[in-house]
Amino acid sequence: MKMSGAQMVCEAIIAEGVDTVFGYPGGAIMNVYDEIYKQNAFRHILTRHEQAAVHAADGYARATGRVGVAMVTSGPGFTNAVTGLATAYMDSVPLVVISGQVPLSLIGTDGFQEVDAVGISRPCTKHNYLVHSIEDLPRILKEAFYIARSGRPGPVLVDIPKDITGEIGEFVYPDHVDLPTYKPRYKGNDRQIKKAVEAIVNAKKPLLYLGGGVVLSNAHESIRALAEMGQIPAVETLMARGVMGAKNPLLIGMLGMHGSYAANMAMSETDLIIALGARFDDRVTGKLSEFARYADIIHVDIDPANIGKLVDVDYPIVGDVKTVVDKMLPMLEKKVDPDRYQVWRDILARYDELHPLTYNDCDETIKPQWVIERLGQLLGEKAVITSDVGQHQMWAAQFYPFDRPRQWINSGGLGTMGYGFPAALGAQMGQPDKIVVNITGDGSILMNVQELVTAAENKLPVINVILNNHFLGMVRQWQTFFYDKRYSETDLSFQPDWKLLAEACGGAGFDVTTKEEFDAAMEAAIAGGKVTFVNVAVDRFENVLPMVPAGGALYNMLLEHKEQCDG
Amino acid sequence: MDKVRRVISVIVANEAQVLARVSGLFAGRGYNIDSLTVAPIPGSNFSHMTIVTRGNRRVIEQIVKQLHKLIPTFKVIEHEEMVEKEMVLIKFSIESPIAEIQALCQAYNGNIVNAGPDMFIAMAADEAGRIAHFIDAVERYQPVEIVRSGVVAMER
Repeated sequence: MKMSGAQMVCEAIIAEGVDTVFGYPGGAIMNVYDEIYKQNAFRHILTRHEQAAVHAADGYARATGRVGVAMVTSGPGFTNAVTGLATAYMDSVPLVVISGQVPLSLIGTDGFQEVDAVGISRPCTKHNYLVHSIEDLPRILKEAFYIARSGRPGPVLVDIPKDITGEIGEFVYPDHVDLPTYKPRYKGNDRQIKKAVEAIVNAKKPLLYLGGGVVLSNAHESIRALAEMGQIPAVETLMARGVMGAKNPLLIGMLGMHGSYAANMAMSETDLIIALGARFDDRVTGKLSEFARYADIIHVDIDPANIGKLVDVDYPIVGDVKTVVDKMLPMLEKKVDPDRYQVWRDILARYDELHPLTYNDCDETIKPQWVIERLGQLLGEKAVITSDVGQHQMWAAQFYPFDRPRQWINSGGLGTMGYGFPAALGAQMGQPDKIVVNITGDGSILMNVQELVTAAENKLPVINVILNNHFLGMVRQWQTFFYDKRYSETDLSFQPDWKLLAEACGGAGFDVTTKEEFDAAMEAAIAGGKVTFVNVAVDRFENVLPMVPAGGALYNMLLEHKEQCDG
Repeated sequence: MDKVRRVISVIVANEAQVLARVSGLFAGRGYNIDSLTVAPIPGSNFSHMTIVTRGNRRVIEQIVKQLHKLIPTFKVIEHEEMVEKEMVLIKFSIESPIAEIQALCQAYNGNIVNAGPDMFIAMAADEAGRIAHFIDAVERYQPVEIVRSGVVAMER
């Protein structure tokens, strides 16, 4: 069928079953926007910044498991999208980002709004394309979606010169992809899997170390079954919150820099790490030479480059987590003896009694941890929680009772401030029946605050709970601990009027200074059905604890919480 | 861990950007490149890159895996039993003792390949280590210009 390149882009989006595209038009992408105007098969959400468009597509992808799609123009439109690409790349989120480019004849001439998009995005995309000919466009679009979602997922950029979107060509959307150079391995080596099962059976202190790959692989049910079968304790990374379920007695907690004492001690004392879709990130391991010194390691990951990158692995298994765990289950069922690990479980229970994840609550000043706990009580599994980056993110990860994967959406790898609000918009589009709450800080929310307008316009009732300590809290915390309390450029005492700001953009705002006000504000926010700021004044100097100082051993944690209530 | 020299062949789709993807990977992840050569493989849609690098065991393993992870990469060969060759062109003033230099060239699989009124060019083709010896050996004839090709290799 003959059609323009712009029509081909829309047809591919429709063929891939995408119902929502996030984007921002501009000169070089206008042909495509003209076709978007003419169709009704998918919805386009106009964000108010290209970065937010990519984060929204990312939030949509993480909330639904589908490929997120964003669209931007050339030059600054594209460069604004780069942070979104890098965020998705670090957390392996499947995205297809379509960018306009100057016409082929102008490429390389420093044309208006020309920038080398494929050059800039090469290190922060799984793959990228500059389309040179209309004949290649259908194949490239098909490959882009396939590459984004298969293997270890990731963002793919398709950069299309304006003359190609305007040109007429033959469109046949391929029904399959044939890339001789790209063959992800899903199955896992059977001999290695058998050896790994033997290792679990013979271990005394096995520990499941669960990462974001478990969520991407939709493997949580298999993993809960594995843990249950052997009564094997589990720790989750920041990216895996919700996999085991908060009420699961086998869940020891989150590990890492702000992990619980029991989780970090479990990792330090285990004799067998069963790493599933996790990548031994520095925020998880602490000082590598002191990391898990007594442990053999089983590492299941779909990306071979993750295996052996930072630690030596005894049982490397390249494959999809769910596929591999499903193979392990019947083998393990015959052999595993849950009683064998009883002593180990008792030790971990003792660690949790010794130093539980806690804080000193206070009646005069709201503690940020209380806000998270209260949110958990009020909303529990009804909510999808997104977050920005900093103290509030860690408190959310520590104290919210996540019951299922894809309930917790945050920028773990890149640590992108400004991610949470646009990601929440995407999550709300993908999960319209859920209450979507962005837990944020007074620093982060101002990066992408313009999305209030997008939310109001599209009636997306995202609730932003701002844990407001008038500080860039996490940096302030490091300054307190490691820079002799020199609070360089972290004091955010000068603030907007949050309520007015939200109202000015068509949303609602509540200023909260007491626990009662918080409950009332949340009730009103949920009932109000529109985008909301709940601005909660919290203890200014509360620290995220436990804390493993950067570069220190995982078992050396700062644990003491301050006693006083000084707001 | 000790650093070792490794010769790696990468078979990649012969398409736009592919050299940038490979060299960008090395730059972005802080890997070392001693030399890199690339040319199309006759009668196919692929190119053959030969990369000489150095690093400890873990770095070399990562290089191989990261190269493999690039979408246009078809195959990565970490050479063990290989034939390895490099070529060098060296320009001398016409005043230099051409017979002596030619004799040296011949010891390194080379010859005098060009001569003009003011200069002549010598060529040698051999293992990279021997090419370095050759360059040392002709140093005393005060070469005007030296161009090395980088290594190509083939597994035996």
